[in-house]
Amino acid sequence: MFFGLSEEQEQFQDYVKKFLADNVTVDEIRKIANGEDEALAKEIYSGLINLGINALLVPEEHGGLGADLLSAVAVAQGLGSGVGPIPFAGAYVMAPIAINLAGSDEQKAKYLPQIVSNETKFGVGLSEYVAAREDAGIDLSGGKANGKALFVIDGDEADYFLLANKGGVLFLVDAKDKGIEITKLTSVDKTRSYLELNLKNVAAEILPGSESNPEIAKKVLDAGRIIFAADSLGASESMIEKAVSYAKERKQFNRVIGSFQAVKHMCAEMASDLEPCYAMLWQAAHSFDHEPDEARLQACQAKSHISEVAKMVSKKATEVHGGMGFTDLLGLHYWFKRIGLNRQLLGGPELIREEAAEIQGFNQ
Amino acid sequence: MDLNYGAEYEDFRKEVQAFCKEYQGVSFKSDSNVVADTLSGSSTTKKSKKEVTRSEWQQILIEKGYIARAIPKEYGGYGGETDIIKSRIIATEFSKAKVPGGMGGQGIDMLVPTLLEWGSEEQKQKYIRPTLHGEMIWCQGYSEPNAGSDLASLQTKGELIDGNWVINGQKIWTSTAQYSQMMFCLVRTEPQAPKHSGISFILIPMDTPGIEIRPLVDMTLKAGFNEVFFDDVTVPEENIVAKRGEGWSVANSVLGHERGSLADPNATMNRLNTLINMMKEQTIDGRRLIDIPSYRDRLMQVQGKVMASQAHSLRLLSSKINPGQNVKLGGMIQKLVGTELRHELEGLAIDVLGEIGTLYEDSPYLKEDGSFQFTYMYFLGLIIGGGTNQIQKNIISERGLGMPKEPKVTEAS
Repeated sequence: MFFGLSEEQEQFQDYVKKFLADNVTVDEIRKIANGEDEALAKEIYSGLINLGINALLVPEEHGGLGADLLSAVAVAQGLGSGVGPIPFAGAYVMAPIAINLAGSDEQKAKYLPQIVSNETKFGVGLSEYVAAREDAGIDLSGGKANGKALFVIDGDEADYFLLANKGGVLFLVDAKDKGIEITKLTSVDKTRSYLELNLKNVAAEILPGSESNPEIAKKVLDAGRIIFAADSLGASESMIEKAVSYAKERKQFNRVIGSFQAVKHMCAEMASDLEPCYAMLWQAAHSFDHEPDEARLQACQAKSHISEVAKMVSKKATEVHGGMGFTDLLGLHYWFKRIGLNRQLLGGPELIREEAAEIQGFNQ
Repeated sequence: MDLNYGAEYEDFRKEVQAFCKEYQGVSFKSDSNVVADTLSGSSTTKKSKKEVTRSEWQQILIEKGYIARAIPKEYGGYGGETDIIKSRIIATEFSKAKVPGGMGGQGIDMLVPTLLEWGSEEQKQKYIRPTLHGEMIWCQGYSEPNAGSDLASLQTKGELIDGNWVINGQKIWTSTAQYSQMMFCLVRTEPQAPKHSGISFILIPMDTPGIEIRPLVDMTLKAGFNEVFFDDVTVPEENIVAKRGEGWSVANSVLGHERGSLADPNATMNRLNTLINMMKEQTIDGRRLIDIPSYRDRLMQVQGKVMASQAHSLRLLSSKINPGQNVKLGGMIQKLVGTELRHELEGLAIDVLGEIGTLYEDSPYLKEDGSFQFTYMYFLGLIIGGGTNQIQKNIISERGLGMPKEPKVTEAS
C-alpha cells in the first residue's frame, strides 16, 4: 500500500517547478501577461513541452507516455505553484482524454501522435455543456456547428478546438475554418488564454464515442476539474510559502511579524486547511483511472472543496503580506487571480456541489 | 499510488469481518464505565443478542489481537507486532459493522504507552494488565487552575519525606476521577529547577487519604470533569515514573497519542451518514430536509471536508509504512482539523433540524437520542481541551512552518 505521488511523479513535478522557478520570475510573468514579450512566452512554452508534459496522457501505442491522471495532477500542481503561463488542462489533458475515449480509430491515429509532437494544438470549450449562458450554446446538425462557445481555454495558438453541445456530444472544429470568428476575452488571470468562438456553419468532426455514450463527456469534465483543482492546490501551496517567508523577514514593532500570533495563526489556518487537500486530490485522480464507481463524486468534491480552500488561502496569504501583497510590484496577485479563474472554470463550487448531490441521488 | 493492502491483509480483513458478524449487536451489562457511544460513532443501545461486561469484551478483543496488539503477553497484551494496517482494518470494519471497539480512556490510551516507554519493570507488571482489562481505571492529573495552556507552570507540590511523596495542591478538568482507582499526576518536586525540569510523573491511588474530589459539571450536563484536591497525600517513593524532574518529558512523549485520537475519521464518516439519512427522512412542510437547496449545499460542503480528511488519514497511514514518505504537517493538523470538522458537522445537523435540533435529554420529538446537541457541545470541549486549538496553531506555525516563537515577556508587573 502506498498513498501518494510516486517518486517519478514527484520528480516530474520537481522538473516543472524548477523550470518555472529558474525561468519565470515575476517580472517575466508580468511581461507575458501584458503581451510584451512573445519570444519569451514561446521559449517558456517550448521549455515545458521539452519536459514532455504534452505526451503524458497519450497512450503508448500512439507515441505518448501512457501515464495516468495522477501524473498529470503532479504536473498541474507544479504549473499552479509557478503560475505556468502555458496551455495544459485543455490542450494536454482534456483533449487527449476525449480523443482517446471517444475518437474513432482514424481520429486517434491522426490526432494523438500530433499531440505528442505538438504539431497540432487543441483549445477546449465545454462551457456550453457544463453551464450554458443565455446567448451561448451550440447547435450541432448535419455535420455543421452553429452558435457560440464561451470561455474556451488553451486556445491562443490552437489548430483545432474541442467543443461540446448541451448533450455532451464532443466534436472538433478546425481553427482555420472561415465560419469561426474568434474573440479574445480578458479574464483577471492573464497567465492563460480565454476565448469566445462564434460558429457559423462550421464543419464539425464529431468524436463518435461521445454520441453513443454520454458518460464520456462527464469523464472529460472530471479530468478537467481535477486538473484545475491541482493547479489551485499548487498555487495555494506557493502562496503559503511566500506568506510564511515574508512573515519571517518583515519587521514591525522591532519584531518579525511572523512572531505575532495573529500572523502565525493565519499561516497555520492556511496550512492546516490545505494539507488534507493533497490526499483528496490524489485520491480523486487515482479513482479517475482505477475506481470508476467513486470517480465522479470525488472529482466534484475535490474541485469544489479545493476551490474553497484555495480562495481562503489566496485571501489570507495576501493579507499576511500587508500593503505589499496588494501591489502589482510584488506580483502575488498572479497567484490570487489564477486561483480565482480555476474556481469558476468548468463550474464553480456551488454548481459542482449540486452535481455531487445529484450523483448520490440526494435531490429528487 | 497503490491502495491495495495485499492478500495477507485481505485475509485478515475477512477474519475481522467474520468476527464483527458474530458479535453484531453486542451490548454491555451495567458494570460499564461511562463511555459515550456517540463519541466512538458506534451505537450499542439497540436490543442485543449478546450481553457481556466491558472487561469480558476487553478480554475477547485482546485474545483476538484486535486491541493491545503490540503489548507483550507478560503484561497482559496480545504480544504481537505493531501492524498499523491491521489496526486500520480493525477500526474500519468495527466501525462499518457498528461493533464497539475496546475501551479507551486515559489509562489505556495514555498511561500504558507511557509505562511501556518509561516505567520500571515492577510498574509494568503491576499496572498494565489490570488497566488493559478495564479493571483499573485511570485519570490524568495535569491541568491546574493556574496552569492550563501554560501547563509547565503547574504548582502542585511533591516533597520526598521519609521514603514517601507528600503531595499538596489542586488539579482541574480531571475526567473520570470519580470512577478511577488511580491517577497519573504531574507534580513539582524540584522547586529550584527551571520550570520544565522541576516536574515529576507520579502514580497516585485515588483512595489515598487526603484526596478530595469535587465534581465540575460541563455544559453538556451529561459528562463531567472534577477538581481534585490534595492535602498531605502520601504515596510510596517508588510510585514515581522515570527520574525526578523528568516528568515533563514523560508527559510530552505520549501527548501525541491523545491528540491523534481525538477526531477519528471513521467516526466522523459514520456521523455524516447518520446526518444524511436523517435529512432524507425528516421533512418540513412535506419537503425532505435534503431537498432544501441551502441545507443540501451545506451538507455537500461538510461531505467534501470529511472526504478530504478520510483521504488524508490514508496518506498518514501510508507515511507510517513507507519510510521516507514525507508528510511534514500531516500529523500536526489532525487535532485542529478533526475537532473543528466534527463540531461543524454536528452543528449542521442541529441547524437542519431547526427547533427540533434544540431538544435535549428525554424530550419528546428528540432525534438520535439528542446526540447532535451533545456531540456539538462535547466537541467544543475537545476544541478547547487537549491543547486548545489556538495552541495547536502555535505548534503548527512554529514546528510545522518554522515561524519564530513569540518573544518571552521578561517581567510581569
